[in-house]
Amino acid sequence: MLERLKKPWPDHRAERLLGAVSLLIGVGVLAIVVFVASKALPIFQHNGLSWLLGGGDLEAEVNRMTAATTKPAAAVYHLRAWPLIYGTLLSSVIAVVLGLLIAILASVFIVELAPARVTRVVIPMVRLLASVPSVIYGLIGILVLVPFVGNHIITTHEKESVQNVVQLTGAGVGVTAVILTLMITPIMIALICEALGAVPQSWREGAVALGLNPLRAVRAVTLPAVRPAIVAAAVLAGARAFGEAVMIQMVSGGKYFSPKPIDGVVFFYEPFRTLASAIIDLRDGLDAPALGASIYAFALLLLFSAFVLSLTGYLVKLPLRKYQTRG
Amino acid sequence: MTELPPTPPRVWAWLDPRPAASKGAGGGRGRRSSPMSWRWGDRLALVAAWSAGILLCAISASIVLYMGFRGIQYLRPGLLFSRPQASSDQAGSGGFLDPLIGTLLLTVIGIVLALPLALCSAVWITEYGQGGRVRNLLARVVESSIEIVAGTPDIVIAIFGLALFQQHLFAPFSFTAEGGGVYGNSFFAAGAMVSLLALPSVYAATRDGLLAVPGHQREAAFALGKTRITTIRRVLLPSVRSNIATGATLGISRIIGSTAIVLLLLGSTLRIETQGSFPGIDVLRGTGSTLTSYIYENSPAGEGGAPQKAYAAAFVLLLFVLALNLIVDRIGRAQASATGITPLGVVV
Repeated sequence: MLERLKKPWPDHRAERLLGAVSLLIGVGVLAIVVFVASKALPIFQHNGLSWLLGGGDLEAEVNRMTAATTKPAAAVYHLRAWPLIYGTLLSSVIAVVLGLLIAILASVFIVELAPARVTRVVIPMVRLLASVPSVIYGLIGILVLVPFVGNHIITTHEKESVQNVVQLTGAGVGVTAVILTLMITPIMIALICEALGAVPQSWREGAVALGLNPLRAVRAVTLPAVRPAIVAAAVLAGARAFGEAVMIQMVSGGKYFSPKPIDGVVFFYEPFRTLASAIIDLRDGLDAPALGASIYAFALLLLFSAFVLSLTGYLVKLPLRKYQTRG
Repeated sequence: MTELPPTPPRVWAWLDPRPAASKGAGGGRGRRSSPMSWRWGDRLALVAAWSAGILLCAISASIVLYMGFRGIQYLRPGLLFSRPQASSDQAGSGGFLDPLIGTLLLTVIGIVLALPLALCSAVWITEYGQGGRVRNLLARVVESSIEIVAGTPDIVIAIFGLALFQQHLFAPFSFTAEGGGVYGNSFFAAGAMVSLLALPSVYAATRDGLLAVPGHQREAAFALGKTRITTIRRVLLPSVRSNIATGATLGISRIIGSTAIVLLLLGSTLRIETQGSFPGIDVLRGTGSTLTSYIYENSPAGEGGAPQKAYAAAFVLLLFVLALNLIVDRIGRAQASATGITPLGVVV
């Protein structure tokens, strides 16, 4: 038996073995969808799609689920998840808009403007920003930024103005959005830089030959050429922001509260919670059937949106293929 | 995972540090466009681009410097070699030997599971994935599965792992209660799930390496009468060794930074608790902690208020991340001197 294994393998057997191992990954993905969806099913059976809407008191609903027995009544399953969805959208959209602005400028800087000596320093720095674990971002947020904002930036007057609704400690929309921006900007920079590098050099030369200065050339020729990459970067970085759990749980204040833009500046100090950070927070309650099902429902929504966003990113990037001459 | 382009193209003469004579035909002649002669809007955009780049560098540097300062302030050698104690007081809660071992153990399990899976699929897709409708279809299925895994948030992977390992079928792999309840928490469960984090980067690096191997190398091996699989083992895999190393290093840096999976799947015991009596297997089935979960639990967000311990552990974790970044750089540079290409990958 061992002798047979030691001999060089015939090709067809090797191919089948490699193929079978590779298909395990496909089976794994199928298993993720099936497991998460089946565990989340009870929530959708009881709430239907109005689960996505608002109108309920989420905190009371979650507490009811936590306290329920092993065979909860149908009423316990009632949940309206909109505050969490709103929180997720809010933090991701702010971070993507801010991040996109910085990422476009920084990518133009790296690829088009900076001298080689500067690029050699900037790229490792940006890469480092991408590889710092989210728990370290969260730690800096909760121990440095949150106390700073709470003690020096929020005025007593602002604290008193919403005193009866929510307590402002510094943890909230503003700090979360800033850190989230830092976390997703390197992803966008990588994607945009890759596309900028693939734009044919002759296009730039043509623009400069027509008398445009370097920045005008970037605006007139290079950036329009990589527009799909910019959209793809926004979408894919948005997917990353959607799924960020630990950092947001640490610095978002962890309240079932929907920050109201109508509050003006105070809006940026108001606490909130996202789908992913709610999973982290409620992880000890997975054994309660109703709460477990709603946690899996949060995960299912995250999985679904990650899938849709990855697909969008892939489709948006397709037109860029025509520039890819190298590699 | 995406890579920054090789040394970026540069046409702008006014920022080129080289002397005018070396700039090729006509490069040094004519009037240079000086930013001082631009319109205000353009000048403003130039300043904005430079400040965006400098801002990111400054933030990145200040994170490292701040963590370094806190690390030197709070890290004592004793912390690295003493086990954590349950205590409400920072002075009595011990060090983080167990989380340190936990991080190393989890990394080893994760990468050992991810490597064969990623290598097999990369080899299968690049070398066998063409020809025949079924084959093309299956190759597409595997490719898009890996894309989906790469795009799935780690919190979803964690919660899936919990659902999977709580099945009674997997009871032998996880921490079980006296009454037969399966918690789904163990080093094995967490390791299996973090391997999904490392999988896409190892796969992508290996695939790109294999695609870059020129076709005549394969043809030369076939002409010598070698089979495809022998060619793969003796010619192709050795020549993409540095790609595999880069991918694995990127994967490891994702594994050591993963927090959500550890929080959900490794149990919340500070010390490594074993399960069963078989040496080696008992640790795999047992629970424990890693540096990331230790930081989380000791920060104000977790149970304890031991921010000094959290800073010290975060400093150690950041040192690991820096070391891994350095390794990626080194491999990239070695590759560059061998092939003349400078890959400047960004971890994504």
